[in-house]
Amino acid sequence: MSAVAESIGTALRLIAEADPALVRTVTLSFAVSGGACLAAAWLGLLAGAWLAAARFAGRRVVLLGLDTLLALPSVVVGLVVYLSFSRSGPLGEWGILFTPTAMVIAQTILVLPIIAALSHQVVADGLREGGDQLRSMGASRLLAALLMLLHQRWAVATLLLAAFGRAVSEVGAVMIVGGNIDGVTRVMTTAIALETSKGDLPLALALGIVLLAVVALINAVIAVMSHGRGVPAVEWR
Amino acid sequence: MAAAVAAPATPLLSLHDASVRFGDVIAVRDASLVVGRGEAVAIVGANGSGKTTLLRLLHGVVPHSGTRDVDAAAASQAMVFQRPFLLRLSVRRNLLVALWLGARGLAARERAARADEALARVGLQALADRPARALSGGEQQRLALARSWSVRPSILFLDEPTANLDPSAKKEVESLLAGFIAEGMTIVMSTHNLGQAKRLATRIVYMDGGRIGADLPTAEFFAERLGGRADLFLKGDLSWSLE
Repeated sequence: MSAVAESIGTALRLIAEADPALVRTVTLSFAVSGGACLAAAWLGLLAGAWLAAARFAGRRVVLLGLDTLLALPSVVVGLVVYLSFSRSGPLGEWGILFTPTAMVIAQTILVLPIIAALSHQVVADGLREGGDQLRSMGASRLLAALLMLLHQRWAVATLLLAAFGRAVSEVGAVMIVGGNIDGVTRVMTTAIALETSKGDLPLALALGIVLLAVVALINAVIAVMSHGRGVPAVEWR
Repeated sequence: MAAAVAAPATPLLSLHDASVRFGDVIAVRDASLVVGRGEAVAIVGANGSGKTTLLRLLHGVVPHSGTRDVDAAAASQAMVFQRPFLLRLSVRRNLLVALWLGARGLAARERAARADEALARVGLQALADRPARALSGGEQQRLALARSWSVRPSILFLDEPTANLDPSAKKEVESLLAGFIAEGMTIVMSTHNLGQAKRLATRIVYMDGGRIGADLPTAEFFAERLGGRADLFLKGDLSWSLE
């Protein structure tokens, strides 16, 4: 049996036996990315709805900036968060560098523009269709936009899943601010990078298979949710 | 052509020299109009004559010059649009949201009772738990009417409420409107359908090129020779829509 086939076999055995190191890493990945998406969802959905409803000078510039942030490199986010929370940084006294909290903050910053920009698009599309009528019924601009989040909830769920997919599969930010400490800040992506460099292919492959399964599951859920519900396409602009 | 003005009952809403401009286009020019309590006013006119803009101006949802005065008794208004926007919720929840928005003072139990009453009024009780967007066009328009009726508006505005409906759905909606009017609700509607205007309205406002060309009691509007474009409009439209 080739080395690769042997590694795959060992990887599958690790998954089947729920290897403690594997489970711990996967659990932390979900906790960090889930927490980041939860935080970013609160801020991003409100920001997206507000941007769709508000009319102010410079709004177009703000939207352009938000669109630009969609392509924010994760290592840049990691670097900024690292500099902010390092001992000599402005928030160094918080002492949260190399903790899961710092990783959550980094991933929140990473996915916030995605959620805000895409929810803005979803809400703006909805307001074009029914904003006047909701306002005629007594809703303020902001309330009409918030109702659109409810109206377009399947599209909102889809964009949140897309944001989770982005968070759980990124490596740059969590590597820099988490430090990849075994049992403390090691998540799937950083573990794959480390185990591959060490030559421990079975664990790296097992984690890779789990990560791939997670992303596939997210895509499947998005496809099922979008099917037949008239969910507007959530597109990267 | 003479722009005769019908004298309304107790005024609820009035416009004085009101104009609406969209960029370089003046959609409504120097409109003066009084809507009295219990009136059923139909705004008629050709495409692009300013019917819908005048309706929105009366409803107070477009920026305008001139004066728009609303009596305190007419503070609550509702509008039914040509294509009603329904939230992706059940029929009943759409009503509950409308009541939450339009009748803020009501307790939750009262809102639920009103929603049930409104559903019964338009004959949609059996479909209360269905997704609103899965309803037929006629049912959706009846839901839109229920939504507006449920907040007990002093004035109900309707923008071509039957324009996209088949004859049977049209009849159902007209019959509901006739019921609202009989109950004394003040109604202002824009319509292409002169037959409908004749059946439902107590007064006709004829729009021509953004101006009010005539404002007459229904019987007079159809009996008088208004002259000019109004006669042409009546002749052309009567030939296919007056039943």
